[in-house]
Amino acid sequence: MSKLKKHINRSSHLFLPLSVLVLLIIVNLIKGADYFRITMVNGAFYGNIPNILFGASELVILSIGMTLVTAASRGQDISIGENGAITSAIFVWYVLNAGEVTLLTILVGFFISCVAGILIGAFNGTLVSVFNVQPMVATLILFLGGRSIAFMIDGKVSPILANEISNKIGTVIPGIPIHTPIILTAVFIAIVAVVLKKTNLRLYVESVGINPSAVRLNGIDPKKIIFLTFLIMGVCSAVAGFIAVNKAGRHDSVNLLKFIMMDAILAVALGGNSLGGGKFSITGSIIGAYTIEMLNRTLLRLEVNPEAIKAFKAVFIIVLMVIASPVVRVFVRKVLDKAKTIGKASSLSTPDSRQMD
Amino acid sequence: MQSEIILRMEGISKSFPGVKALQNVDFVLRKGEIHALMGENGAGKSTLIKVLTGVYEKDAGQIILDGRNVVCRSPQEALSMGIGTVFQEIALCPNLTVAENMFIGRSQNSFVRWKEMNAKAAQLLDSLGIPASPTQELSSCSIAVQQMVSIARAIDMDCKILILDEPTSSLDEDEVKKLFALMRELKARGVGIIFITHFLDQVYEISDTITVLRNGELIGEYQTAALSQIELISKMMGKALSDVSEMKKQEPQTSSDSVPVFEATGLSSAAGVRPFDFRIEKGEVNGFAGLLGSGRSESVRAIFAADKVTSGEVKINGKKVKLKTPLDAMKNGIGYLPEDRKHEGIVGELSVRDNIILALQVMKGFFRPLSRKQAEEFANEYIEKLGIKTPSINTPIDSLSGGNQQKVVLARWLLTHPMYLILDEPTRGIDVGTKVEIQKLVLRLAEDGVSLTFISSEIDEMIRVCSRLIVMKDREIVGELSGMNVTEQDAMHMIAQGGKGHV
Amino acid sequence: MESPNTTKPKTRLSNSNLLFMIAGIIFVLMYGFALIRYPGSFMQFQTFFDLFNLNAALFIVTLGLCVVMIAGGIDISVGAVCGLVTMACAMLLQSGAASIWGALLLALAIGTAFGVLHGFLIAYLEIQPFIITLSGMFLAQGLLTTLHKDPINVTMPAFVALRNYTIEIPWLGTVNRLGYFIPCEIKPGVIVVVVLIILYAILMKWSRFGRNVYAIGGNSQSARMLGINVKRTRFFSYVICGLTAGISGFVYLMTTGAGNIGNGALFEMKAIASNVIGGILLNGGVGNLLGAPIGTMTLLTINELIRAAGVQSNLQAIVSGLLLYLFIVLQSIVMSLRGERKFRIVLPPWLKP
Repeated sequence: MSKLKKHINRSSHLFLPLSVLVLLIIVNLIKGADYFRITMVNGAFYGNIPNILFGASELVILSIGMTLVTAASRGQDISIGENGAITSAIFVWYVLNAGEVTLLTILVGFFISCVAGILIGAFNGTLVSVFNVQPMVATLILFLGGRSIAFMIDGKVSPILANEISNKIGTVIPGIPIHTPIILTAVFIAIVAVVLKKTNLRLYVESVGINPSAVRLNGIDPKKIIFLTFLIMGVCSAVAGFIAVNKAGRHDSVNLLKFIMMDAILAVALGGNSLGGGKFSITGSIIGAYTIEMLNRTLLRLEVNPEAIKAFKAVFIIVLMVIASPVVRVFVRKVLDKAKTIGKASSLSTPDSRQMD
Repeated sequence: MQSEIILRMEGISKSFPGVKALQNVDFVLRKGEIHALMGENGAGKSTLIKVLTGVYEKDAGQIILDGRNVVCRSPQEALSMGIGTVFQEIALCPNLTVAENMFIGRSQNSFVRWKEMNAKAAQLLDSLGIPASPTQELSSCSIAVQQMVSIARAIDMDCKILILDEPTSSLDEDEVKKLFALMRELKARGVGIIFITHFLDQVYEISDTITVLRNGELIGEYQTAALSQIELISKMMGKALSDVSEMKKQEPQTSSDSVPVFEATGLSSAAGVRPFDFRIEKGEVNGFAGLLGSGRSESVRAIFAADKVTSGEVKINGKKVKLKTPLDAMKNGIGYLPEDRKHEGIVGELSVRDNIILALQVMKGFFRPLSRKQAEEFANEYIEKLGIKTPSINTPIDSLSGGNQQKVVLARWLLTHPMYLILDEPTRGIDVGTKVEIQKLVLRLAEDGVSLTFISSEIDEMIRVCSRLIVMKDREIVGELSGMNVTEQDAMHMIAQGGKGHV
Repeated sequence: MESPNTTKPKTRLSNSNLLFMIAGIIFVLMYGFALIRYPGSFMQFQTFFDLFNLNAALFIVTLGLCVVMIAGGIDISVGAVCGLVTMACAMLLQSGAASIWGALLLALAIGTAFGVLHGFLIAYLEIQPFIITLSGMFLAQGLLTTLHKDPINVTMPAFVALRNYTIEIPWLGTVNRLGYFIPCEIKPGVIVVVVLIILYAILMKWSRFGRNVYAIGGNSQSARMLGINVKRTRFFSYVICGLTAGISGFVYLMTTGAGNIGNGALFEMKAIASNVIGGILLNGGVGNLLGAPIGTMTLLTINELIRAAGVQSNLQAIVSGLLLYLFIVLQSIVMSLRGERKFRIVLPPWLKP
């Protein structure tokens, strides 16, 4: 019993995203009981759940990076969508110029785009860690200029990735029923899990986010850790850009991953993480990311006017944040406590209460 | 002194879930009185103050101010009734000017009259002898001046009662003198002052009356002149202080041919300490004595490479090494417990466990994390060894009391098994019981062969544990005292005389 | 002698004023460079006035955001609210149901409504401002697209007259090739900008509210201890920001004459950038209100310069990004040099959980 309680306490930060997820599932089930139905078309799974997992791939990957950046630097990277656009432009440029498209060229292209992502991360990270610029301001630069860079790399047209391998990466590999982006995301999450398990990343990042000066005196250089989180964010952007461009089949420098940083930050907050840094939960952020995708699709399923979806989403988030807000929680607890004391007072009249003295 | 009573608190009780913070406590403050409120951490001093200023709601009892029964709901309301508080942490806005900090939040006018305000502020600063200009940004003032500005603010609000909650903990002696002069001035004006501090000497210097609390209960009210220090301590601790006398410090090692554990020549740092030489033998406990700002903290920080080292040569066990970062120092077996526990010691939201293993973990490296089980074992071991009071190893450290936090930080360094451990004010702001425990621990470690440098603002504490005192003044070493018979007077003498023509 | 500096200069510039001065100097240098390099366009006063004529709405948005940023908050909904107001007012005017005054009232009402919503949720329920104003942005965008998807050109005569109304400055102007004197023209929107700048500068420097805003931005806990109603001050900072965004929407409509989905797009980012250039830090408590228009002018001058240099349009964003980079680095170096004494990372209050 107490063990269970402890466990619940330890994962109380997951309360918010999980309850939202449950709420959304209930709404969807009310709308139609076949919500969980999964069908097999041409050897691949389709249905609401696979669609959500498919659609949220990039967001999940980006929100993992965003979680780390937020935890260590106490700020957010708002250039992630633009960074993904740049790295994927480089990827496309390489693949289209490398001659025949083979798995090797794709892999090399992916590798190059990851290196580009790391360089971009290093640019942002230097501003934040060395020059002490607030993350949101530092990343504003690439947010404003990034898409133009991607556009220049593209050579002013939106190049088309018409090859079989890209198609497989973006959709399904024949014989495997699960869409490739879902698999890639799972692999990415697994890698992150291993990294967290096998290194001190969590301890370092959390400590740096909580108290950089104390951490410095314990032999950790906070600047390096903040820099590192931006490098990781760069890799996340590159992977997300890779998935997004293969999904789309062409590189649209203007719209690829547009405004995804808003959703990524939202996912981090929904996951029960403080946007002020410190302790973090990547699990929470991942659930948060899937929740956002589910919310988007739920609104579509409820046949909300597509023009109004954003407004509904906003109202939903506001209601959610109000429910989760500490002030409201304290208020509710007070009300509950009062109810309890009233309950106790009435139970005092029962014979059992004599034993209390 | 038979002056009129301005504040009477009767039968105050306050409890938090699981803790009875105050039980039926009475407190009386008279006009023109400096009243020291004493007690260990957790005795209920701050709870009493918070009840008085309306931060907490009391469960029982009454507060009678000027003969009227009053209820405060917020510090602002308390202020409007004439109860001003100056907190240990400066509660002013660093980005506003000195004058604004004195007057903001008080006027109901929609517009600020800058000229008038600055003139009034200048007059007030002048009359109280505070060295600040009204138009200067607060952040450009020293901490002491900032504290005085907040006192000036309270005074200008016609406070009949002024609460000073550990105002002296970050001031040097000169500044304390100025503050005391200010307090005497206020006393003469008839203000009743409640003074909270951990420095016993200061209590005896300035206060008229002492009220002692222990475990949330009132022990009694005494005239300062009629209560000896030993009595006061025993009343605060509730037991005779035999522990203290039991402590036996190490004889200073005299063998000059032995290789020192740590030796530095011409060491200096960007924090502005003059190049100095320093050595420490195995199992030796020495200390840097001097006033705050004398460079004692800067010196040990230079040893640990906590500030940028600008010159000097370092030998560890006779071998030349280069210490550029704290990590280098740690890898060479040096540990450093910083002066500012809150900002540089603890990692607030992190669990006690993570706080304990932090330094060891860093030394093991980024790619070699301790297993959860290992970490828990280490944490439990030291929680037991040092008697750390914590609900569990997963409790965030910032919910522990100051003394227990300090023990956790100490455990963090002990876990790395340092050869040489630097403790900069390990006993600051913690209760007397824990102070003694830490002093005993230092001596025990020395017996086990660990070399230690111990710094404290309380010279008697240093004399008790250190076998050699390095005396500092104006950022340089002015002398050394060693031997078993060093007295406080010797040290004070050297601090006063050592420098060039200081009165 | 390397003795520690114990006597501090009493006339030490405050951080706000230092950053403001840097912003001012950068603007003057930049404009001076523009005058020398491209005298053809920049020598004309009209070019300077056009900065205001065409971007009046951005100036206004930046002002409102400045207040929130000094209070230590952030509002990223301003652009969307501005856009929503243009569309709502355009529809109202086009339907003929209300006069220009009615539309103005609507603009103020929409802006205030968003401000009140944000302010209440952020100040009283203590929710993170980024999330709340992000929702506000989504809400405004959603409402905008729900209202109308296609551009609405307002053809109401009275409004068209207002749109085309210009104020000539007879003593200032240029002589064209034919020898005609062309006086400089300014739009009514510019008057609104100037009035608001004066009003807000007074508000921030001389009003109790303005000083309270600085106080809560500097240290909200201390501010509470000093007897300032932190929640109310924070609430009103958002209300003012929302209201200002509403005004900017109306001015936007006055400039372009049409409601459009793209109106006010990216204003929030441009406004943040302008404020940062103008020396208003995201941490709160630091910044001079006049830095907001200076920053906006600098940003716009950069764009004009790039355009005058004939740089490809897609390079413009990159170049302005690079210049922004230079400013930020410069500011950071200056601040860290002066902060050497004591440097502690301060958590912006709006980021606290």
